[in-house]
Amino acid sequence: MYIINRRSALQLGVSAAALAAFRASAQAPIAATDTPAPRLPIEQGATLRMLRPVRFVQPDEDVFRANAARFTQATGVQVRVDFVGWEDITQQTAVTANTGAGPDLIIGFGDAPHIFAEKLIEVSDVADYLGKRYGGWMAVGEKYGKRHGTNNWIGLPFGGTAGPLVWRKSAVNQVGFENPPSDHAGFLDLCRKLKAANKPAGFALGNAVGDGNGFANWLLWSHGASLTDEEGKVSINKPETIAALNYLKELYPTFVPGTLAWGDISNNRAYAANECWVTSNGVSLYFSLKNDPATAPIAEDSQHSLLPLGQAASWPSAPLTLNAMVFKHSRFPNAAKAFLLFMMEREQYDPWLIANLGYWAHPLTNYGSSAVWSSDPKVAIFKDSMNNKFWNGYKGPISEASGQANAEYVTVQMCAAVASGQSTPQEAAREAERRARRIFRR
Amino acid sequence: MSVTTAPAWRPARQEPGWLVRLFEYKPFLVFACLLPAVGLLMVFLTYPLGLGIFLAFTDTTIGRRGIWVGLENFQYLLEDPLWWNAVFYSVFYTAVATVGKFALGLWLALLLNNHMPFKSLLRAIILLPWIVPTVLSAIAFWWIYDPQFSIISFLLVDVLGWRTTNIDFLGSAWPARFSLIAANIWRGIPFVAISLLAGLQTISPSLYEAALLDGSSAWQRFRYITFPMLLPILAIVMTFSIIFTFTDFQLVYAITRGGPVNSTHLLATLAFQRGIPGGQLGEGAAIAVSMIPFLVFATLFSYFGLARRKWQQGEGND
Repeated sequence: MYIINRRSALQLGVSAAALAAFRASAQAPIAATDTPAPRLPIEQGATLRMLRPVRFVQPDEDVFRANAARFTQATGVQVRVDFVGWEDITQQTAVTANTGAGPDLIIGFGDAPHIFAEKLIEVSDVADYLGKRYGGWMAVGEKYGKRHGTNNWIGLPFGGTAGPLVWRKSAVNQVGFENPPSDHAGFLDLCRKLKAANKPAGFALGNAVGDGNGFANWLLWSHGASLTDEEGKVSINKPETIAALNYLKELYPTFVPGTLAWGDISNNRAYAANECWVTSNGVSLYFSLKNDPATAPIAEDSQHSLLPLGQAASWPSAPLTLNAMVFKHSRFPNAAKAFLLFMMEREQYDPWLIANLGYWAHPLTNYGSSAVWSSDPKVAIFKDSMNNKFWNGYKGPISEASGQANAEYVTVQMCAAVASGQSTPQEAAREAERRARRIFRR
Repeated sequence: MSVTTAPAWRPARQEPGWLVRLFEYKPFLVFACLLPAVGLLMVFLTYPLGLGIFLAFTDTTIGRRGIWVGLENFQYLLEDPLWWNAVFYSVFYTAVATVGKFALGLWLALLLNNHMPFKSLLRAIILLPWIVPTVLSAIAFWWIYDPQFSIISFLLVDVLGWRTTNIDFLGSAWPARFSLIAANIWRGIPFVAISLLAGLQTISPSLYEAALLDGSSAWQRFRYITFPMLLPILAIVMTFSIIFTFTDFQLVYAITRGGPVNSTHLLATLAFQRGIPGGQLGEGAAIAVSMIPFLVFATLFSYFGLARRKWQQGEGND
């Protein structure tokens, strides 16, 4: 899971001295092309208020605040940054958008700018400038930034993180594999052998927003299936889905028992307790293992790799994405845009990336050479999070409906119904289609 | 000094001011005294309830004002198997849990009604499950039912060796349903037990003495004295208990979130799931509103079915 287990990571507590070190170490390597910056004359007496989700690790907040203070130094614009709980930011964004009052800008989650597109000002000038300056936006960054079917940027993706396969090297090697196979049949074979060796794999099939959807998405996307087509029409009841569900029927018996009841935190616990040896998770699992002396050997034995791609052309995982937006009701839109631009310049953004240890990956290509990605080889895989061509709601537009389908576990429950033997793949796909039709009816 | 020309004394009947007259006007006084209470009720009870009912007839989502859609939400619910499933489980959950709570609660109350050492302390301890915030006990049960780390599985598998695999409490529909009911019963017993104990203590000992003189058995004393005398309070407690159980949310949401595959959704959790994480405020409100008929029926049933007026008014049972 990406969300909850950041407590142990918080204990890292990096000091102010380390903060300065981040900045020093960060300066050099990010390449930037000289590009004329957009003209953003800052309004008289501008002040800004913004919201963003709370940190994973303390340095995230420290560096972010320090960067904001540098903006104030450079422009004289006071910036008040409020950190909001992950569960609340979507609702607070909705209230801000509807009442036309409150923060000038919000760094929310991926789909928010698409839901409130009418209430936002375009940030195309900033996005174009940043894209030109830092080697272009990465695939899913562009998807989350641009309004569907247009070239107009309504969001500025600020970072993202995807969920790879997390596996115990010792267990995988023990059953005769060097690495997890990258095809479906081989992966099934691996899971069967792990089960026989009593070191089973486990993937969440319960109502787990992050992990459950992550696994169901991989299953569908790697078989060429998707909830909706490019136009947002429901396309779940297709042979590709049936094929994916049939594969799940073979795969599920190899899981550790109880995955149908797993929430977002369950796989982390089972993995940390040597009950589950292969799972899929965000980077937080690795860090929580690494930072606890009791589980450090497990972290040592853990590896990250991609789940089998199957028919997918890129890593079939929708990164959890931070997406910044500026509201029309802001009295200082130029200041808000200038602030975002400033925060994503290398002098500010690279120290922030490094402070996050790899929890957040950049959406702009040139940041791939950031020192953070060589800080720990096991974190390097997250570097390409934003290069995925998958998002929540793939293949359709990002919308309120795609967010709802995610929150109501439509595809997760389709998978769970088949895994539990409660429905045949055909029945489950029909039921998912019925629910999706209702959700996507507008 | 003498006053010879004192003015003729007239009774000074002062006309009361308009404010005094206003407050002496009884209908106004009644209105003024009621105003704070009525105001609070209107703002914090009537308005949210009315808004909820209004939302149920719109397609409002979080982030967008809805339009009036009439009964469309309800029509959809009627053909939605998930809603029917939630109706079934809500009724089943309430029925089984209420029976369980009352059977065990009454038994506990009868035990506590006896004289024993440390009586008050025991009664205080009994209340614990009810005092603990529900979310905390729900999280405790979440661990108890965990597929990997359940204490029950640990005892049976690792300590006693009676089983070889962990019990899968929440992985399939029926075990998950009964696991939640067990947690609800555990939590609800103290409320029932303590309330009924209060009822038991109002029964006059002379009734039992008379019955003893007539040579009654313990069962007869329970059947013909305790039970009928307890019925009025039983009716009230049961009404409350049914309402609490039917509208339960925290236990289910903390333990299963309605899973596996929606088999443990109560109407309250389904309404929340659709309304807040799903964003469909209108549909969520419709689900919440659909609980009202069930609650009204359950309340009327337990009130009129159990609390017949003549007991309440002390009339004979002829």
